[in-house]
Amino acid sequence: MTTYSDNESHLDEGHVNELEFSGLRVAVTGGTSGLGLALVRQLSRLGARVAFVARGEEGVRAVARQVADGHGIVGDVSKKEQTYPIALQIKAALGGLDVLIHNASSLGPEPLALLADTDCEDLQAALDTNLVGPFRLTKAVLGSLALAARDGRAPVVVHVTSDAADKPYAGWGAYGASKAALRHLGRIWHEELRGVGVQVLDHDPGDMDTPLHAAAVPEADPASLKDPAVSARELIERIAAVRQAAAPTVETKEVEHASR
Amino acid sequence: MRAADRPVQRPLDARLLVVDPCGSLRHAPRECLVDELAPDDVLVVNDAATLPASLHGTHDRTGEEIEVRLAGRGSLAPDDVHAWTAVVFGTGDHRTLTEDRPPPPALQPGDRLRLGPLVAAVRRTLGHPRLVELRFDGSAQAIWAGLGQHGKPIQYAHVVEPLSLWDVWTPFAGPPVAFEPPSAGFALDWAMQGELAARGVEVATLTHAAGISSTGDPALDARLPFDEPYHLPRATVEAIGRARARGGDVVALGTTVTRALEHAAAHGLRPGPGIADQRIGPGTKLRVVDAVVSGVHEPGESHYELLGAFAPAAVLSRMSDALEASGYRNHEFGESVLVRTSARCPDQPVCQPFRQPPDQPPTKAR
Repeated sequence: MTTYSDNESHLDEGHVNELEFSGLRVAVTGGTSGLGLALVRQLSRLGARVAFVARGEEGVRAVARQVADGHGIVGDVSKKEQTYPIALQIKAALGGLDVLIHNASSLGPEPLALLADTDCEDLQAALDTNLVGPFRLTKAVLGSLALAARDGRAPVVVHVTSDAADKPYAGWGAYGASKAALRHLGRIWHEELRGVGVQVLDHDPGDMDTPLHAAAVPEADPASLKDPAVSARELIERIAAVRQAAAPTVETKEVEHASR
Repeated sequence: MRAADRPVQRPLDARLLVVDPCGSLRHAPRECLVDELAPDDVLVVNDAATLPASLHGTHDRTGEEIEVRLAGRGSLAPDDVHAWTAVVFGTGDHRTLTEDRPPPPALQPGDRLRLGPLVAAVRRTLGHPRLVELRFDGSAQAIWAGLGQHGKPIQYAHVVEPLSLWDVWTPFAGPPVAFEPPSAGFALDWAMQGELAARGVEVATLTHAAGISSTGDPALDARLPFDEPYHLPRATVEAIGRARARGGDVVALGTTVTRALEHAAAHGLRPGPGIADQRIGPGTKLRVVDAVVSGVHEPGESHYELLGAFAPAAVLSRMSDALEASGYRNHEFGESVLVRTSARCPDQPVCQPFRQPPDQPPTKAR
């Protein structure tokens, strides 16, 4: 189910220069709830062109109706045969790609379970969604990201991770291991792509009041959790800073390309 | 020729037959393509991603099964996806040779074609019963979703296992505009790009809508290649300028790159969009490309004809003999040749046997 905060006006828009995101081509996976939805809404308000991916057709349509200029794509990043159709639609919707945010996440077993009680299929599911799916999708769009780099647009890939990737929380084995792998994969991507001009960063958004967190910790008090809109803002500011560092005079140039 | 029958883009034993400007032949491992390029050369590659251009469905009026293969459109713009040129086949699939596929039912303007979630109307036929202009219903977004969901890459009889999109995108594929894979690009993985950079060879891209290779009908095949839109980035024009200023070669990775660059060069080599509508063959004087990496093709194919602009017929004939004798695999997942322009051979022979019929005077060497 989509949940979203209508209350984002309290967020300080001053830290992010709108010019930096105007016309920027961004894809977000898991874009119809939680952090993904908050990102889609904020990026769209900043003038970015946003394509978002989610499994549920109804959720995709609902979000597409709310977000001006947003392109909804129905797809499951964990499934190998859907990766390229998703990549195809991202490239077509945006005419290229500057920022890819791997946000779609699976807990693995639901409810969470000790590793000893976790079916291997549930560990596999966490790996498929949180590690292998992002790996495949990055590869499928890498040519487009490299093209953006050559056009001076300072492309970025984001892996949304978690402190569960770092701290050995009992019950969080499948999710934690998959996110730890994702984070390390991202570090190696970043090293390998230096010459190509694509940056890869991992981002821990904190414990947020989202459906995913509720599925993991149903008894948690929402008041103690972060508003995903706040996490989205933090990630957006980080993306802006990372892009600025790569190309100090980056303005989002007119796309010098046939695909406009 | 042996067909490469498995969709492996970079088989470890892939070879490259190198044809030097004076016509000498040499076999090399294709993974050592880097060794064939010198500092200050520029390797120009086609970054087009392959469309899932094959759509199965039914012809409303007759109820017959058809396959539509998208084959052309007017531009590379992602929202320009309503009107297409298409080749239509009758029932059957890729396991039948293209030329043995039955023709489609008679197609008339206004006929509707139901292709999975997509619906298209035939606007008109284009001088041949298999060739039509069609128009999809719906928004651009819905059309792309339908292509993604229902479309498949164009399949080949010689590759038995059905191809998926991941089989036919080059490692560096960008904009989804190609009707069939620009398969010379299969040779270039990311490690090789790094090696080229380390050697001082620039890799520059252009985007060209690589066209279909076969229509199933000899009369229609003779009209190939269709007009193909392309886009030439400013950065590539600049890279070519740098290479030429430093005495480096402009090496085209594939016939699609050759076609796009030569068309652009005939129109001032300016960055931006174009439509490659020319044929390149033995009579063509190359303006910008010095060498081409291509697949293994046979006389009669347009790719082979294009090589005629680089090397004389006698050399290409020896090349073909060598490819055959050494069992080079042909087609999309096959092996490769690198042909350098004979214009770079310092000693041009005046006598060129077999180029002219006996009753015509010999021509001056190129």
